[in-house]
Amino acid sequence: MKQLELRRKLLKLYFDAKCGHIACSLSCLDLLIALFGQKKEDERVILSKGHAAGALYLMLNHIGEISDNMLTTFYQNGTKLSAHPSANSFTNIPFALGSLGHGFPIASGMAKAKKINRDSDFVYVLMSDGETNEGTTWEAAHFAVANRLDNLIVIIDRNRLQGFGGTDSVLGDTAAAEKWQAIGFNAQEVDGHDLKALEESIQRCKQKNLGSPHVIIANTIKGKGVDYMENKMEWHYLPMNEEQYENAMLSLEKVYYA
Amino acid sequence: MRKEFAAKIGQLFESDDKLVFLTGDLGYNALEEIQSKYSDRFINAGVAEQNMVGLASGLAYEGHPSFVYSIAPFAVYRTLEQIRLDVCIHNHAVCIVGNGGGYGYGIMGATHHANEDLACLSPLPNMVCWVPAFSEDVEYCLDQIVTRKGPAYLRLGLGVSYPQPVKIGLINQVIKSTKKPRLTIITQGPVVKNAIKALEGVEDVDLFSMLTLPILDFTPELKNSIESTQNVLVIEEHTERGGLAEHLLMRLTREKLRLNQFEAFNAKGYPSKTYGSQDFHWKESGLDVESIQNYLANN
Repeated sequence: MKQLELRRKLLKLYFDAKCGHIACSLSCLDLLIALFGQKKEDERVILSKGHAAGALYLMLNHIGEISDNMLTTFYQNGTKLSAHPSANSFTNIPFALGSLGHGFPIASGMAKAKKINRDSDFVYVLMSDGETNEGTTWEAAHFAVANRLDNLIVIIDRNRLQGFGGTDSVLGDTAAAEKWQAIGFNAQEVDGHDLKALEESIQRCKQKNLGSPHVIIANTIKGKGVDYMENKMEWHYLPMNEEQYENAMLSLEKVYYA
Repeated sequence: MRKEFAAKIGQLFESDDKLVFLTGDLGYNALEEIQSKYSDRFINAGVAEQNMVGLASGLAYEGHPSFVYSIAPFAVYRTLEQIRLDVCIHNHAVCIVGNGGGYGYGIMGATHHANEDLACLSPLPNMVCWVPAFSEDVEYCLDQIVTRKGPAYLRLGLGVSYPQPVKIGLINQVIKSTKKPRLTIITQGPVVKNAIKALEGVEDVDLFSMLTLPILDFTPELKNSIESTQNVLVIEEHTERGGLAEHLLMRLTREKLRLNQFEAFNAKGYPSKTYGSQDFHWKESGLDVESIQNYLANN
């Protein structure tokens, strides 16, 4: 089971590196599994929430672009696997991202280029819900609608927690579906941990090329799969100690074999 | 320079069907022809400059070198992080075009001036800032930008024509040196015209115009002039920090050129807290003809 297998690897990756950004990687891991399962080889996924780099590196390891050996260099001096994806190293990491609000405009430019080139491929961009606080989200959203970028699929990892509070207590739900719909997006809400539902929603986007760009608002749980991390903001930041790592692995077994 | 810029862009678009032009909702009375002739590659990205630079990076990644056009401060300051991250570290072929660098927008006020743009952009990885001084420089700059393919900034201003035919290059030697110059003046941008005026009838001063930051070329003519005068005056429509004078001092030190005197005239902001034309601000900053003449008389 890919969800369990990759989560085990993800926890090991972060435990070995003794670093944080675990829960936000767990919340979007299933989205990456779905996206990499659905995209064509030449299509690009832009991970705009670059702090989930560990999850992306695992996906690239899964498809063979990053070796097991290289994966062990995560967070080490001299690595190509920095805590946020860095530039010019991997085909499937076309841009260095980690400062929020950059990926969506870039992906819109790529989608616009494909329209100019009469290329039927899609461009995917994965954002966090906190990231939609950024003004560039709404600049890019209006641009995508005005330019009829129906080859652009935005996926939002809506775990309802951001850097220093719940989204409701900061700026409100800036990722709400009705906002996207009001602008002119083809919006869907799905369970962001249900691979089948995610795959179907991506397929629906691909079949509906009527001029509107697409947004999939994926309702997720920050820390998904590790009981003591779920919906806990602190696990955006904390590294695991040995005991926590063992408990996290046990929790995965319970959740995914339940 | 907008006229020359639009004409050259038209030529480039004619010969390269990959080029894309993005504007931040500006270009009235200059870009209409490009807009109508190349509608599929001319994008009005709206009043949304940060997004526009991100778009340009995505376009460049997909094989479309892009021009991003706005008034200089909006093109540079609003978008600085996008320029640094999305364009420069990936070495993408994106040219930021800032119209009205320095005090170019005059009475429009401080919001429309850009006197720190080169300090912001010139340290960025792979970036080359191009500052045409004369209308004729614009074509040369654009040819260089397209050929070099990487990140670029083109600072447009109100251009004048060359006072005399000169060899156009990365450093323009505007006025030939006499046999025994006593001072080497190095300028950047349209403010050169004040130096030319101040030097009328003066036969012992060399005048150069530097087209880029960082300094890409250091010609033998410039080096010889400085070696001979050991006396340099920089005139730039830019803050003292991060502009031509600082770049030049570092270069002169590395070249081990000895100096007896070094002075720089820079943009000084708004010393009287009042506003006016570009000429007005030049005078306020001491970048005007009279200030240069006074310096020549006393040095």
